[in-house]
Amino acid sequence: MAETGDGKKEDADYKRLQSFPLIRHTDMPEEMRVETMELCVTACEKFASNNESAAKMIKESMDKKFGSSWHVVIGEGFGFEVSHEVRNLLYMFFGGSLAVCVWKCS
Amino acid sequence: MSVPHKVGSVKSKQVSSFVMQDEEEGLDTAEGEEWMQGKTLVKPPDQLDLTEAELNEEITRVLKASNPNAPQNVVRYSFKEGCYKPIVFVDQMAIHFELEGNLVHKDSDEGRRLMAKQAEVDDGGGDERPDNVAIKAGKREQKLTNQFNFNERASQTLNNAPRDISCQTEPPPRANFSATANQWEIYDFYVEELQRREKSKEKHEGQFLNKEEDKSKKKMIQAETQNDDISQLAKVVKIIERMVNQNIFDDVAQDFMYFEDASDEFRGEKGTLLPLWTFQYDKAKSLSVTALCWNHKYNDLFAVGLGSHEFTQQGGGMLLFYTLKNPSYPEFIFNTASGVMCLDIHEHLSYLVAVGLYDGCVAVYNLKKKTDQPIYNSRASSGKHTSAVMQVKWQKDDLDSNHNFISVSADGRVVSWTLVKHELVFTDIIKLPVIDTIPDDLNDVIPTVGTSLDFHKQKDYSFLVGTEHGKIHKGSKYYSSKFLEKYDAHFMNVTRVRWNPFHPDVFISCGWDWMVKIWDQTMKSPVFTFELKTSVTDVAWAPYSSTVFAAVTTDGKVHVFDLNINKYEALCQQKVVSKKTKLFNIEFNPVHPIIIVGDDRGHVTSLKLSPNLRKKPKEKKGQDLPKGPEVEIAKMEQLLSSLR
Repeated sequence: MAETGDGKKEDADYKRLQSFPLIRHTDMPEEMRVETMELCVTACEKFASNNESAAKMIKESMDKKFGSSWHVVIGEGFGFEVSHEVRNLLYMFFGGSLAVCVWKCS
Repeated sequence: MSVPHKVGSVKSKQVSSFVMQDEEEGLDTAEGEEWMQGKTLVKPPDQLDLTEAELNEEITRVLKASNPNAPQNVVRYSFKEGCYKPIVFVDQMAIHFELEGNLVHKDSDEGRRLMAKQAEVDDGGGDERPDNVAIKAGKREQKLTNQFNFNERASQTLNNAPRDISCQTEPPPRANFSATANQWEIYDFYVEELQRREKSKEKHEGQFLNKEEDKSKKKMIQAETQNDDISQLAKVVKIIERMVNQNIFDDVAQDFMYFEDASDEFRGEKGTLLPLWTFQYDKAKSLSVTALCWNHKYNDLFAVGLGSHEFTQQGGGMLLFYTLKNPSYPEFIFNTASGVMCLDIHEHLSYLVAVGLYDGCVAVYNLKKKTDQPIYNSRASSGKHTSAVMQVKWQKDDLDSNHNFISVSADGRVVSWTLVKHELVFTDIIKLPVIDTIPDDLNDVIPTVGTSLDFHKQKDYSFLVGTEHGKIHKGSKYYSSKFLEKYDAHFMNVTRVRWNPFHPDVFISCGWDWMVKIWDQTMKSPVFTFELKTSVTDVAWAPYSSTVFAAVTTDGKVHVFDLNINKYEALCQQKVVSKKTKLFNIEFNPVHPIIIVGDDRGHVTSLKLSPNLRKKPKEKKGQDLPKGPEVEIAKMEQLLSSLR
């Protein structure tokens, strides 16, 4: 019981501690990076259950702000290999289990 | 008739008869008379009855142009003034009768038209119908406008030829990126990040204590960066200096690289030396060049040792490094306490330079270090030479992989120096044998001055030493007591002895007795002897051919020989310096076809060898000549065998 209790605690801790947005890899300039990260967090929180809508929101906002054409992938388990324009890639984790990859390539 | 006058006095007679009847009517007598002439007066019923007096009254009637019936007080409303205003000028014309005429002027339009119609009508009335039609048609044809009367003019402006221009911008650079997004990857990364943050927190706490130290460190770093700025500038300045030099000496550089003297074809065997750069240094004016050495790794870098050959004129010395890329100023400058007599650059580690000085010291300089001082100096250590060091030569690293070099000096000792940590350790190799004329008890006092030293290219234990007395001794590093051979080379000082770079048995020597001699080590007497009219101070083999060598003499001439072409005479004997300047050293560049000669004014002159002096043996048709040292050896062997 203690163990399961601890396990639950750990889970809760883990959720608390490891939900913050964490950038895994990026080559964006500072300003762009911050803005994009904020946008991704907002979108994922808004559409917590629907990755497609979140991705749609991110993609459209990025297109408007930084020009076409952006691609967004949100998910919990995927592998990828992409060609991106230099200084236009962001790959981050969020919510402990969500991975978001945003890149520009026209 | 109306004029009342008394015409008719006659009439009055006639009338009088009548008048009697009209007197009552009141008319003019004349009128009355006229009236009375023919008719009886009838009075209409509505006529006025007037009295006679009234009848005789004269009434004046005036004729006016104004129309009595025209209204005189026509009034019109004036909108401007808002009231009725009388019109002053009233139309006075009264039309009594109007009749429109039907006459038309024959020249007017209508007149012509009518006349034409008239003519038509007349004609039409008179002829038959078909004729009518024909005439009508003909008239119509005549009336049609003729196509050929049109004048058409057209012109076309010049249109510039259309041209296609297309352009493609560079697309923004792309890169590939790949990763996997799994739950465990995400988890791992988060864990790492947390750890990192913890560590940085600890560091932060630690750092608060060390703030003061950091400040001092920061100051240090700032100072260093300032230095860096200046040193970065130095590099740039150096490049610019070289560029400026290249521009100044552009023609010399071009000659150095590309010039081949075409007149050599017409000169038969003879060749020439083309002067290139002259290297001199202001502070070395009073010194003379005593040693030259090319750097093996950087083929444009060479070392010059400056000192003095005269016993009485000893002062300081210098070690300079020049590069062909910058002929105006030396790359490295080292000041030495006494004159430099000899130097050698290590074959593999081209930053190590061994220098032998007039006061018997040997020193090793490291060019990589920025200091002016040698890294090793034999001043302090024992075993230093008691007299001037005449020649130094680097050897291969010994068994402990320490660098070592060998020196020969005027005190008759051949010593090997090993660079151990921070000092030079000496080992006596051999002592030059005393000459016979010195009595035995003075053996230790009066040494045999060794003047030149050379090690065999292949068998590097074997070496030759030349002495002041004109003898050349062949020795081996393994025999420390005795020399293997002795050659009676010259009558006077042997200034230089060198092994042939290709043939294992051949060496050359030169001396103050005006001779240059070529030896086969197996034979006691020289194979070739050349006499060069003045003291020969240096001789060198060419690195590209086993039969070419050059010698310099005190009259400022350079003599170049090629034994393959001419066994008795020099191919080139050229004075390269101004009068009364003595040449002391000569060296061939290992790669380029140039030589450098040093003179007693401290100047180094570089010269380019003309093609005749660099001849390789002619290729026979259909035969592939094997290149390489074997050819050279074979060449030499041929020569030697012909003379044995």
